[in-house]
Amino acid sequence: MFFQKEIETMKRPEIEALQLERLRRMVDYCYNNVPFYQERLSKAGITSGDKIKVLSDIQYIPFTTKDDIRDNYPFGLMAVPMKDIVRIHASSGTTGKPTVGVYTKADIDRWSDFVARIVTAAGVTAEDIIQISFGYGLFTGALGLHFGLEKVGATVIPASSGNSEKQLMMLRDFGVTGLVATPSYALYLGELVRESGYPKEAYGKLRHGILGSEGCTEEMRQRIEENLGINVTDNYGMTELTGPGVSGECEYRCGLHFAEDAFLPEIIDQDTLEHKAPGEAGELVVTTLMREGMPVLRYRTKDITRLNYEPCRCGRTHVRMDKVMGRTDDMLIIKGVNVFPSQIESVLVATEKVGPHYQLVVRKKNYMDNLEVKVELIDASLLESFGELEKVQRTIHDRLKSVLGLETKVTLVEPKSLERFQGKAKRVLDLRNQPEER
Amino acid sequence: MQIQQLSVFVENKPGRLAEITEVLAAANIDIRAISVADTSDFGILRVIVDKPKEAIETLKEHGMTVSLTNVIAVGVSDHPGEFSRAVRLLADTGFDMEYMYAFISRDKGRAYVIIRTNNGQKAAETLQENGFDILSPETIYNM
Repeated sequence: MFFQKEIETMKRPEIEALQLERLRRMVDYCYNNVPFYQERLSKAGITSGDKIKVLSDIQYIPFTTKDDIRDNYPFGLMAVPMKDIVRIHASSGTTGKPTVGVYTKADIDRWSDFVARIVTAAGVTAEDIIQISFGYGLFTGALGLHFGLEKVGATVIPASSGNSEKQLMMLRDFGVTGLVATPSYALYLGELVRESGYPKEAYGKLRHGILGSEGCTEEMRQRIEENLGINVTDNYGMTELTGPGVSGECEYRCGLHFAEDAFLPEIIDQDTLEHKAPGEAGELVVTTLMREGMPVLRYRTKDITRLNYEPCRCGRTHVRMDKVMGRTDDMLIIKGVNVFPSQIESVLVATEKVGPHYQLVVRKKNYMDNLEVKVELIDASLLESFGELEKVQRTIHDRLKSVLGLETKVTLVEPKSLERFQGKAKRVLDLRNQPEER
Repeated sequence: MQIQQLSVFVENKPGRLAEITEVLAAANIDIRAISVADTSDFGILRVIVDKPKEAIETLKEHGMTVSLTNVIAVGVSDHPGEFSRAVRLLADTGFDMEYMYAFISRDKGRAYVIIRTNNGQKAAETLQENGFDILSPETIYNM
């Protein structure tokens, strides 16, 4: 199933011709309408789109970073007068001032198209009833999915997040067929479904899980699918680029299809800033090709992934990105080793008898980095013997050692004692600049 | 003849043991025997109570990881060599003891030992055949 088949199945040379044309126009548009870009582009000698002869000339355009967006808070990168803006969104701003996104009427319309494409690729049709359990408000996730799903003709329930009992009630009573949520909230709802006292059939209409806005490992996905009886697809996007809909998985789940007619992706080495060879992992950089309200040239997403230009079995030809492997900024450096929480998560979710929720605590001990992994014991049968409990601890420790190449301290804690998150999970507690415990 | 013992996972943090036993107290559950084994990170609390079913329910309601385990309670007369005779018997007849703990009874001259072995039912019969007193669940719960 396609939402815009002619676009989604364009041949590679046609895609690239379209991208080149749009990139040149976008350079002119930014140069003429955003003083920040005019200054940046002038310094780089790119005074007009004509300077871009081939797509690879994009490498001469300067990067835009999160700091650039923050420095221009709130409307410094806006390319149209405010009267043409119909909506303002902002990111959660966990690390400082929120990142603001502004949208013209055409931006909203196109954004809904991008989301409509990914939900259609995930199998959603006008027959579906979809519960959106993302927090509404400034966050792009909820309204982004909302408009895209409506465009497909699906029935949308704007449940927002929180009040989990009510969430379950709507899932049952409204005959919900699909859930939109963060993976960690879906996992939590799955636990509650099992404990809700209703037979699994009460939730039997659920089929789709359209989960996003934070990472989700293969193992965590399986756990969610088992508990809720759904098929989970991942999608990707961010306020800086528009919101969800930048890319998303199809039914085959072999990478996230990029909306390449509107977003031009590159993969760079985060240190040298050079392009990586095709297929190599690195930091994703994206240029918006059609955005009017707040165009962005070569935005450094800090997300680490890989691009695959092979057309997909589903017939889509746009490039596919791998599930995000981690972020350059949630990457922990422990004793000089790069550690992504997602690596630890995949070990824990694959270990039986412990829960999928975890917390990472990094401390200094004797001036050395020390990583503690706290995980919930959920299987009481282990209490029969100490040996069994210690075996679980040791198994996790050994698997982490082989995955990370690092010694960790594994601590079993009581079930439900670790915090549950309804939005983006915050699982890392870095205490390395705190005084050492004695 | 086997007795139900509760095993509760105890995180190693201040006040946790107090909290767990307070849950039992609030449900008016009386403790018959108790033992705590620990490592530096966590412990396992093992208790024998008068109402095991109610105890496990209330502990679970309070979000604790808890399981029921069958153990045997052996009455041993209080003079040298009696306990070792029981342990020797179990060893020689092929039972593996996983853990045990003792408590003193109100009857003068008697002690009780809680034993967790493989094949507890059989172990209890073997001990009984050799003259040891095996306590019934009712005796322990109503003690």
